[in-house]
Amino acid sequence: AVAMQGKASKFSTDQDPNTFEEITNYNNFYEFGTGKEDPARHAAAMTTDPWSVEIGGLVDRPGAYGVEDLAPDAALEERIYRLRCVEAWSMVIPWIGVPLASVLDKVGVQPSAKFVAFETLYRPDEMNGQKYPILDWPYREGLRIDEAMHPLTILATGLYSDPLPNQNGAPIRLVVPWKYGFKSIKSIVKITLTDTQPVATWQAMQPSEYGFYANVNPQVNHPRWSQGTERRIGAGLFGGRQETLMFNGYADQVASLYAGMDLMKNY
Amino acid sequence: MTRKLNDALRRLPVWALWLAGLVPLSLLVWDIFAGGLGIDPVRDIEHRLGRTALYFLIASLAVTPLLRITGISLMRFRRALGLLCFTYAGLHVLAWLSMDMGFLWAQMGRDIVKRPYLLFGMGAFVMLAALALTSNNLSIRRLGGAGWRRLHRLVYVAAPLVTLHWIWALKTFPVTPGFWLLVILTLLGLRLAIPRPLRRARPMRA
Repeated sequence: AVAMQGKASKFSTDQDPNTFEEITNYNNFYEFGTGKEDPARHAAAMTTDPWSVEIGGLVDRPGAYGVEDLAPDAALEERIYRLRCVEAWSMVIPWIGVPLASVLDKVGVQPSAKFVAFETLYRPDEMNGQKYPILDWPYREGLRIDEAMHPLTILATGLYSDPLPNQNGAPIRLVVPWKYGFKSIKSIVKITLTDTQPVATWQAMQPSEYGFYANVNPQVNHPRWSQGTERRIGAGLFGGRQETLMFNGYADQVASLYAGMDLMKNY
Repeated sequence: MTRKLNDALRRLPVWALWLAGLVPLSLLVWDIFAGGLGIDPVRDIEHRLGRTALYFLIASLAVTPLLRITGISLMRFRRALGLLCFTYAGLHVLAWLSMDMGFLWAQMGRDIVKRPYLLFGMGAFVMLAALALTSNNLSIRRLGGAGWRRLHRLVYVAAPLVTLHWIWALKTFPVTPGFWLLVILTLLGLRLAIPRPLRRARPMRA
């Protein structure tokens, strides 16, 4: 594969990124199985070229877009982000991608649009996990329009200097660093602008455990486990735990999006 | 056939089972030092210890039904199976305290009383500890045969709890611990369905 390069960004953290090996061998991508090693083992079966993303709903220029159209080489940026999984582990990942806002501007969001809905590829022949009713396939996620337009929100197409590996959501995925990892939907084939709150797979399955917002919040525990601390993958056998930060440490940039909202209810 | 097998089993020393029972631990220690664990070694250590403890627990539960159904007696090894289970359970808890939780005692305390999967796991561990502590001849004499047996029926509470502990720790309903829960309930059912004395020992009634 061709090497990728993205312009440095002021939004990147200066924390040490996890290794390429760690990032590509410890994944939650239930389309390929529920084990953390399953995606690395099985994701090669997914065809990512050709690929098109169908963008529709309340937009001026609906249609099928190629990955190159949405994330042209010249626009790529490097974004080194913390990732906090809802399972209370974390990593630091150097993504390459473009702001989602740039994509939405390209297709022209109509003023009546309030939410963005995303959908992952559904292809059970190539995605073995989809043969079982683990989740309600295809995987779906959504953002409020202001969250989607926020400069931290990106569509990633690369990792380190490589095109995104399949197990990490090739060829194009969402990354929202202040939310639990499951919001950052992988291998996107459909983006729809709507005026109603879209279905999100985990929220629909277990609304008492997973909310629509899913903002990283150490004060709101998952009903079955604490969210107060996290374990950094790669920290070694006795690396211990670190405090989980409000909005995963991005509070300065994003807390204003939720001003006046009760985050205990809107988790 | 059964007699021959039982004769052979009688000649097998209990320490041989201990030796075999510590093989999974040796393999784990080997993997830790040889880098044979995955991206998150802490999780792998915890999970392997926990799973091994459950396997020994199930093995110890299977001893009586096996005797009642097939006549094969592993009774001499049951105590060792139970103590091996507790050894792995203890190491599993120790790995959680140290590697996973980094000795954050306050958080651990809060979590145990609030989180079902930890409550199930800790509850089972306390019961298994009581059983391990009384797994010696002195305790049997002190408690009396009937009292000791009553206490050790706790294993039928502890064992399903262990599988619930596993199921509740995961995000979707997992097949493997569900399967072991079924096995445990079957073994419990067999003990209730096939009462002592051994039915097979009685002559068939017409």
